Amino acid sequence: MLAQDKATPFLWGYRLYVAAFFVFLAAPLVAASIFAFNDSVFPALPWQGFTLDWFFNDSEPKLGMFHDRRLLRGIYYSFVIAAFVSTLSVTVGTTNAFLFVRGQFPAKNFFYILMIVPLVIPGVILGISILVLASNTANFLENRFDMELELLRPGIFLVVMGQFSFITTITSLVITARLKKFDESMEEAALNLGASRARVLRTITLPFLRPAMIAAGIVAFLVSFENFNTTLFLVGSEAPLTITMYDRVAKVGSTPVLNAVSFALIIGSGLLALVSILVQRDKTVR
Amino acid sequence: MLQKDFRRLALILLFAPFALWIILLILLPHIGMIALSLREKVAPRVYEYGFANYMDFLNEPIYWNTLLRTGSMSLLVTALALLIGFPVAYYIAKLAGNRTRGALFLLCLIPLWVSDLIRAYGWILLLRETGVLSSFLQWAGIVDHPIEFLYNDVTVVIGLVYTVMLFMIVPLVSTLDGMDNSMIEAGYNLGGNGFTVLRRIIIPYAMPGIVSGCIVVFMLTAGSYLTPILLGGKNSSWFTEQIYNQFISRFNWEAGAAFGILLLLFTSIVIWLGLKLSGQTLANTVAKS
Repeated sequence: MLAQDKATPFLWGYRLYVAAFFVFLAAPLVAASIFAFNDSVFPALPWQGFTLDWFFNDSEPKLGMFHDRRLLRGIYYSFVIAAFVSTLSVTVGTTNAFLFVRGQFPAKNFFYILMIVPLVIPGVILGISILVLASNTANFLENRFDMELELLRPGIFLVVMGQFSFITTITSLVITARLKKFDESMEEAALNLGASRARVLRTITLPFLRPAMIAAGIVAFLVSFENFNTTLFLVGSEAPLTITMYDRVAKVGSTPVLNAVSFALIIGSGLLALVSILVQRDKTVR
Repeated sequence: MLQKDFRRLALILLFAPFALWIILLILLPHIGMIALSLREKVAPRVYEYGFANYMDFLNEPIYWNTLLRTGSMSLLVTALALLIGFPVAYYIAKLAGNRTRGALFLLCLIPLWVSDLIRAYGWILLLRETGVLSSFLQWAGIVDHPIEFLYNDVTVVIGLVYTVMLFMIVPLVSTLDGMDNSMIEAGYNLGGNGFTVLRRIIIPYAMPGIVSGCIVVFMLTAGSYLTPILLGGKNSSWFTEQIYNQFISRFNWEAGAAFGILLLLFTSIVIWLGLKLSGQTLANTVAKS
């Protein structure tokens, strides 16, 4: 089947298949992007001419995304949530990496599996289980001690916790893989030269981990930004972008302003993904 | 002695965030959900413990049919994603030149980071009655009236395969990438034809990647919410929709929790069976990709 030099017609057919596959991959993204520039109030053919109104126009019926209050607020909340989630999950991911690469403790394998498990739990389940626990705790505190803990009611804090619960697995795996490649003799050399442990960590180990930490942070940011399933159950009045957009897509009267947002997100996440790949492709150590 | 104390302290400090995360956000919530699912409201503020919510599930064919439907369609999506994705992954890992390989892999990754919502929205624009495909077919004179491609099972399956495809390709590319080309050549030299080499050498080598891709894809499909609802419409009968209805629309948290547990059990059993049948473990598949 797969030798390079023989069966040229077969190889051409194979290439055609791969090309068709990439067309399939691109089609919905292209469709979502292109109607952002169509001068029509419906995201559909026919093509009415090129416009940037869906980005910059400031009045109805063609309200552009940069003047659409609700969308902008959604983007803002998404940013806040994603920033918290990526900071937290990279921090815990780093301590997890040290725990599992350097630590010696009983039942290490079992705990390692436990670390992976959140990734194979459906997001909907994570969402409802955290909602149930938080609400029960809040109700209990209210009934027993007359304490009103707003934090445990649906809102930004719970959304951050819900996303953090499985994104930490991703960051832990990325950073663990990098720490495994670290040559411990470099630390020993620094210790022998009289550096303190804290200094070794700061000047040698952490800089070595930095590319993986940045890449993990970007991945966490993107996964958080696009998350819907877990967020759906934990969201309060501060709806992030995916929830705001879903409300509009689910209604039939969606306008191309959604395409404008999609286009911006596709470009934005494409660039971020590129950065995360470039950061990880580091040539000094391997 | 001091050294030993230091190590122990460091270990405890490193273990604390891990333990807090797993206990507070994974273990306790799931225990709470199991407890809630075993509770039934018999009167306002009066609860009884028992399996009533699970009995409701068994006695109401709509519920378990939905779960079976979700499960079987997820298996179909997983199989299709593997069949469609494997040749592409093989091409990227083994046949493409060095430069095109990086570019193709990057092309694969970009849709991975775009929200499900945008992908589903793109499909809606392509496939709905006033959408691109229908307009195109009319313009080309193949049909003379608009056609609705949305809201049927085929579209849901295509949309789901699309959504999860990249989670299949990425682990496959990374395992195939580590395979030595001389193994394939040796297979040919020993007189194997293309099919034998594929079956006896390439697939066994790629098994961890295949299993890893299948696990993640199955789990994502069975737990997906946006794609079936947006592409399948109100009658898509996806199990996550039932969970959402119980929780948010009917405010029946007890039944919703029971449904959640059932979905979790169902996906766990399928994943466990997959691991057992293929002789792989969670640590050497999912953790590697």
